[in-house]
Amino acid sequence: MSELVKKGAAELGELIAAGETSAAEVAQAHLDRIAAVDGRVNAFLHVDAETVLAQARKVDERRAAGEELGPLAGVPIAHKDVFTTTDMPTTAGSKILEGWRPPYDATITARLRAAGLVILGKTNMDEFAMGSSTENSAYGVSRNPWDLGRVPGGSSGGSSAAVAAYEAPLSTGTDTGGSIRQPAAVTGIVGVKPTYGGSSRYGVIAFASSLDTPGPFARNVLDAALLHEAFSGHDRMDSTSVDAPVPPVVEGARRADVQGMRVGVVKEFAGDGYQPGVTARFAEAVETLESLGAKVVEVSCPNFVHALPAYYLIAPSEASSNLARFDAMRYGLRVGDDGTRSAEEVMALTRAQGFGPEVKRRIMLGTYALSSGYYDAYYGKAQQVRTLIKRDFENAFEQVDVLVSPTTPTTAFPIGERADDPIAMYLADLCTIPANLTGNAAISVPCGLADGLPVGLQIMAPVLGDDRVYRVGAAVERALEDRWGGPLLARAPELVEAK
Amino acid sequence: MSAITRDEVAHLARLSRLALGDDELDHLAAQLDQIISAVARVQEVAAQDIPPTSHALPLTNVYRADEVRPSLPPDRALAAAPAAQDDRFRVPRILDEEA
Repeated sequence: MSELVKKGAAELGELIAAGETSAAEVAQAHLDRIAAVDGRVNAFLHVDAETVLAQARKVDERRAAGEELGPLAGVPIAHKDVFTTTDMPTTAGSKILEGWRPPYDATITARLRAAGLVILGKTNMDEFAMGSSTENSAYGVSRNPWDLGRVPGGSSGGSSAAVAAYEAPLSTGTDTGGSIRQPAAVTGIVGVKPTYGGSSRYGVIAFASSLDTPGPFARNVLDAALLHEAFSGHDRMDSTSVDAPVPPVVEGARRADVQGMRVGVVKEFAGDGYQPGVTARFAEAVETLESLGAKVVEVSCPNFVHALPAYYLIAPSEASSNLARFDAMRYGLRVGDDGTRSAEEVMALTRAQGFGPEVKRRIMLGTYALSSGYYDAYYGKAQQVRTLIKRDFENAFEQVDVLVSPTTPTTAFPIGERADDPIAMYLADLCTIPANLTGNAAISVPCGLADGLPVGLQIMAPVLGDDRVYRVGAAVERALEDRWGGPLLARAPELVEAK
Repeated sequence: MSAITRDEVAHLARLSRLALGDDELDHLAAQLDQIISAVARVQEVAAQDIPPTSHALPLTNVYRADEVRPSLPPDRALAAAPAAQDDRFRVPRILDEEA
């Protein structure tokens, strides 16, 4: 493995800027790594070496021409296949969009390009971002680099696997119920769900519009902050985009101190269902925060336990409406148009063939929750629970600056274990969902191993308090890496490279 | 008692424009029954007089200036169409044939 692929994004950006290497050389090193290991990891759905090298050469030319470039210029990135890209197919992990070339770039795609990031390819995901394992992808499961028999989390599991397997120093994800934080936790990397509206949804294939939040993956907190800063900020093309300055996330990551900060441990996220090793690593992380000068208190958020059922009414309801756009008329798959069938028949045949089982389940569940006679009992009630969870957060943040919990109740589970048990699968997002329902910023940082597999610490901050999750995350990262003598990922087994 | 009957599931499939076979309906009916029973727990939450929250941010009526800006040219908008004709999407018949 080339030394270049072991380096983080900030370091690569500096080396390229100093002329010690080039964007093209860095891109080639990552393409070689992908060629060597992705046959087993299956993080990518699409990689085209020519497109990658052309992007990298363009960055090198821009620099040679004297253009002022940002800190990530020339750094490679893996891009979740939910973001539209004009020069690469975009499928959202679904057969209904197989081979689709979008007519425009997502705002985040355009901002990555403007910042000089080199897009290596598109990463695998649960179909339409519905899932916690990538097992719902129409294109096969991605594998966890720590144990190829286990899932890398999901829905952004291709993106977490790519970064953990050193195929890319950075990647993008989207987090609707935990789809960045959970895969980051189970692969031993950093993942951030920004404040809702802090990152643009324009050109992000919609799952649940009031929850969907694009965010970064990286191998360290500072790299995640640099990416967060590069693609965030107001977008006139997304009417729910926040028209406010991007929180000082890079400053937070560099500051990395918690002296005098008040940290609240969420009392409800412990006990039955939590793997003992997860509980132990979490307790140690909390002690670490205390030893760094944080004031730790226990905080009760009694309604957080209702977040999971409320989410599984709200998200499918929004999805059933959003996915109505896949109607076989304007783009994507069309099945059975033989000249005799009506548009409605063609639509129903196409959707039955193009969508996988989990997507069908959620469309049906959402249609049920929104149907007359059930609306008040289900969707209406879930929206009231959403208010109660918001009040829990507000009360908590009167007492503390950040809240902490384990990111997931368990470490990575074996492929196939929960594939046909939707309710067991949904539990993977138990601790991450509250922040989606209320729009709060949250991060997952590695906090150790349980039975040889990574455990994540979740840190949650108020809306637009994104800098705090980076500040606390970086402090924990520094202290734990000092104790471990290096990053957690250095303890992952080496993936044998194909010749 | 089941939370949802197989007939209701078949009706939902029609509403959702999903042409599902009998096997798939049987399988989904059992799973939806389980899922609905699990999520129905929200009904036990005492939330009388609690206003609903539909969105994370308190945004209402976001406007932008009414300016003419470039839009997708027809050839790009139609590039991925399953069928196109005369700069338009070509779709299967949407009305029954006239008697």
